[in-house]
Amino acid sequence: MSETLYAIAVDVNGTRRTARVPARLSLVDWLREELRLTGTHVGCEHGICGACSVMLDGEPVRSCLMYAVQADGHRVTTVEGLAHSDGSLSVLQDSFCQAHGLQCGYCTPGMLIAAQSLLDTTPRPTDEQIREAIGGNLCRCTGYQQIVDAVQHAAARLAAKT
Amino acid sequence: MRAGSVGEACELLRESGDDVKLIAGGQSLVPMMAMRLTRPGRLVDINEIAALKYIAIEADVVRIGACTRQCVLERDDALAARVPLLRQALAWVGHVQTRNRGTVGGSLAHADPAAELPLAAQVLDAKMMLRSTAGVRSVPAGEFFVGPLTTAAEPHECLEEIRWPVWSGRRTASVFTEVSRRHGDFAIVAAAAQIALGDDGRCARASFGLSGGGTTPLAFPKLAARLMGTRLEEAVVQSVAHDAASELDPGSDLHASAGYRKHLAAILTARVLHAAHAQARNVK
Repeated sequence: MSETLYAIAVDVNGTRRTARVPARLSLVDWLREELRLTGTHVGCEHGICGACSVMLDGEPVRSCLMYAVQADGHRVTTVEGLAHSDGSLSVLQDSFCQAHGLQCGYCTPGMLIAAQSLLDTTPRPTDEQIREAIGGNLCRCTGYQQIVDAVQHAAARLAAKT
Repeated sequence: MRAGSVGEACELLRESGDDVKLIAGGQSLVPMMAMRLTRPGRLVDINEIAALKYIAIEADVVRIGACTRQCVLERDDALAARVPLLRQALAWVGHVQTRNRGTVGGSLAHADPAAELPLAAQVLDAKMMLRSTAGVRSVPAGEFFVGPLTTAAEPHECLEEIRWPVWSGRRTASVFTEVSRRHGDFAIVAAAAQIALGDDGRCARASFGLSGGGTTPLAFPKLAARLMGTRLEEAVVQSVAHDAASELDPGSDLHASAGYRKHLAAILTARVLHAAHAQARNVK
């Protein structure tokens, strides 16, 4: 039995991507397996760990809890979309390196998406606001303090730039 | 199937029989599907129906479209001024990523017995407007929540709008609190209260409820009536809180025993009643 395919057009990191997808294909599987954007990680696959976070129309969501077909007509930003167009790291990404905001790196794409979404609306967050923003993202290595430090470091660097 | 209108969604539900689910934000349904706890043959997606996304503030009621995202409610200051309990409850709901996608109607229709929005609906006696191809009917929260993950909505009905009563008294305040293992997790026990004081400082209107202590969130109108005319003195609050806790029939699981849940229920009830009273008293 052949499965019905649905035509979709999604703005992914500023590029219009089109595909024909089955209704059951999750957004994260489409991003990783068909677009080969493997920066977004798949952790729990049921909305607990936050590793699959992407921005949908600029707001962080879990891409394992959406179907690709639902992204039709919307704008998706993955962790690849945070870096500069020449591939160099954004201030936030670089701050994660400088402040040792990662160890194994599994949670990092989700943390970066959550943190970037926070900085987009709250350029100088308090530690509490950072903890609230990354509250839906699990890290099993660093214990979060260095992640909070990394976001603060990025906020300070971005403020110094402007 | 993506529905373009509520009418189309109802039509799709009607023709699909029982093997169909509406999908709104998907923050509860998709995990259940991922774990194969539910396997609907067809999903009707209502996310793109703009007519289901609104917050309409009227004199004595706020009407909210069922597919309005939780983050939109959370940020709406005019809503917070009229129905403060909603923002207070949402502070405990999931995380940024889930509130950005999760909808108010989805949480109510999912009817998790430990979820926050169903408790707020019980405490405020919100009305659920259910649409089918046959028309619209209104079901009060007290009749809507039937059991765990079970509501009075028929398989062919779509929750279209939720009507939240606005308490008109100037000295009105509400409080929501809960105990959970981690912030953002479902509550072990949650409690919410709304109190209105008259000009004489005595309780003119009161409502409170609990979740996590049974198969649905519960409101206690008869017990709340005992607060009327009082100044929420310690004795009456304790008596009401203990009677509410004793009406619960919680289960035991690895997170909390039934005894602990009842203990928490009495403490949290007293806490929200006192806190709401104190806030109402401080309204200038």
